[in-house]
Amino acid sequence: MLSRREFAQIAAATMGIASLPVGSTRALAQQKMTQADLLDFKSVGNVTLVHVTDIHGQLMPTYFREPSENYGVGADKGQPPHITGKDYLSHFGVKAGSPTAYALTCDGFEGLARTYGKIGGLDRIATVVKAIRAERGDKMVLLDGGDTLQGSWGSLQSKGQDMLDCMALLKPDAMTAHWEFTYGQDRVQEIVKNLAYPFLAMNVHDAQWGDPIFKPQVMLERGGVKIAVLGQAFPFCPIAHPRYMMPDWSFGIHEGEVQKQVDAARKAGAGLVVLLSHNGYDVDKKLASRIKGLDVVLTGHTHDSTPTVQMVGKTLMVASGSSGKFVSRLDLDVQNGEIKSFAYRLIPMFADVIAPDAEMAAKITQVRKPYVEKLNTVLGTTDSLLYRRGNFNGTMDDMICQALLEERDAEIALSPGFRWGTSLLPGQNITFDDLANETAITYPTSYRNTMSGSQLKDVLEDIADNLFNTDPYYQQGGDMVRVGGLGYTIDINQKMGSRISNMEILKTGKAIDPATNYSVAGWASVQKDVKGPAIWDVVSDHLKKHKTVKLAPNRSVKVVGA
Amino acid sequence: MLTDLSRRSALKATGLVAGASILPALPALAAPDTVAVAMDAIKKLTGGKEPVKGKIKLNLPQIAENGNTVPLGVTVDSPMTVDSHVEEITVFVTKNPLPIAIAFLFTPESGKAEASTHIRLAGTQDVIAVAKMSDGTFCIDTKNCKVTIGGCGG
Repeated sequence: MLSRREFAQIAAATMGIASLPVGSTRALAQQKMTQADLLDFKSVGNVTLVHVTDIHGQLMPTYFREPSENYGVGADKGQPPHITGKDYLSHFGVKAGSPTAYALTCDGFEGLARTYGKIGGLDRIATVVKAIRAERGDKMVLLDGGDTLQGSWGSLQSKGQDMLDCMALLKPDAMTAHWEFTYGQDRVQEIVKNLAYPFLAMNVHDAQWGDPIFKPQVMLERGGVKIAVLGQAFPFCPIAHPRYMMPDWSFGIHEGEVQKQVDAARKAGAGLVVLLSHNGYDVDKKLASRIKGLDVVLTGHTHDSTPTVQMVGKTLMVASGSSGKFVSRLDLDVQNGEIKSFAYRLIPMFADVIAPDAEMAAKITQVRKPYVEKLNTVLGTTDSLLYRRGNFNGTMDDMICQALLEERDAEIALSPGFRWGTSLLPGQNITFDDLANETAITYPTSYRNTMSGSQLKDVLEDIADNLFNTDPYYQQGGDMVRVGGLGYTIDINQKMGSRISNMEILKTGKAIDPATNYSVAGWASVQKDVKGPAIWDVVSDHLKKHKTVKLAPNRSVKVVGA
Repeated sequence: MLTDLSRRSALKATGLVAGASILPALPALAAPDTVAVAMDAIKKLTGGKEPVKGKIKLNLPQIAENGNTVPLGVTVDSPMTVDSHVEEITVFVTKNPLPIAIAFLFTPESGKAEASTHIRLAGTQDVIAVAKMSDGTFCIDTKNCKVTIGGCGG
């Protein structure tokens, strides 16, 4: 949904602004759009679902570059969300250079970032949520898809309490979770106990006996409609993260349980059944195609954002991005257990355009206060655009891998393919806050060990299969592990064991020998008792010696079959 | 566990595993063809009869959260009467050092042909459950379970 104003301003946006200093975007952005434009919505029906997801501890506005590589495989090849850049713009009819193009794609990112400024901020989200609530009153439901309590220094230090205190002001009706589990099962139980709204996860069971651990669903009544909200947590927590953090709990997708819960909700009189999910886009798309009676899926985890509702049979799918960039508003006209009509808008939180909510802004200042001095410490500056998101190496990870190679004196560096992590523009300082936004996890230890060439290949093959298995139920939703010092070719359409070839040490051009041992430095190991410094210390030390980050283009991974 | 697993069935299971270990020793250096060993073990159980699909359902996670203890459940659709019941369900593994993970014994008094346990999987593999019925026929179900290295989940 582009406003007339947006179309009119496109040309101006793409011209001659790259030289403007960072931080002077307010006036420019406000020329292009207003808060009223962003909130503009022709309301429909008797129910409004508001969805936020994958905020990843981002209380403050940030830059977040959307991926240039987001490949789909099998039936999902070339289907949303597996389209990027200009292809994305033409698929959804978004004008290049528009605010929407900036918010949703990597196309012209750096120049547009200097025009339209940062996006996000929980105080901007609060303004929008309050405005919708004021308009829709008791028709509105606010749902949080999880990955809310992790991804920043403040969240790590407070075990998510900073975000909980702020989210409480938004008054969500329910949440589900993923990284929340990496604070450990005791902390999760404590969070659930103190939460003013339900924590829903029908797919988490006692590992020994199979008993449910959390509430599977909640029934709300809005606009005269009984709305069942079912919660689905990230299905692969004990595999993707250290198992010792949740030793007694079992996860999984559990189609049968989903259908059982939908049927129970219908039987209890639900006129609308909503799945609040942290499965990831393709998993949810498959699930929606196999479950009967699911009206809406609010999907999260894979950090995709689409400007329109995607239909899977009769099910509406909404994907609301990450890092606090977007608030989704879905208006529904529900009559006799059926959606008669709907209207949708993915609202980007342009920080220079949406006025911060005063109450939330004060709370954010308060929760950041204990850490603010450390957060504002300048570690260096960057000459390069730094970002993480994308299927293969991002520049932020190139920086981290460089630090690992040099500080730990290794031949090869491995860095996890997380989808969270904010972006920095050329010319910006790198603060500790920024570094923590890439690394703030509860298992940050950087290891150094030796691995044989064949072990390295096994690791790459294993992770590639989590990303490119043609059955979405095997996709765990991270991106490919990032590599430093190592080059390889990947054919994404092959089967596990046959995707990776031409592995070589970049420095020498020598092929990796399966039987030779290599020194490997990495972080975020899922093993127990890993020894070494925290990754943020490794990168901080590196930046002390190399104050300015300037990265050569990374051509270490050759992708075939995309 | 829903089924009344008697000591006998537990002993029987152990016996089967022990029995498997007396299969001809495999060449020490070549990777053993564990799939062929499992297939032979199935043939030995069925006496060469072709097991049919459908009546038996093996439940196993698509991806193991921990390969050392993978939850496994198996059920057979049977009236469990004296005339028609399940006598035995054997679970074969195709990539473990030994081909049989467990065997469950039933009598009509079991009431239901249903059992669950945890097994260990040495790697990604097919797991095969074969039920022996009282009329001498066999039924079969196969599930693949992936055992991953882990890490890197978004």
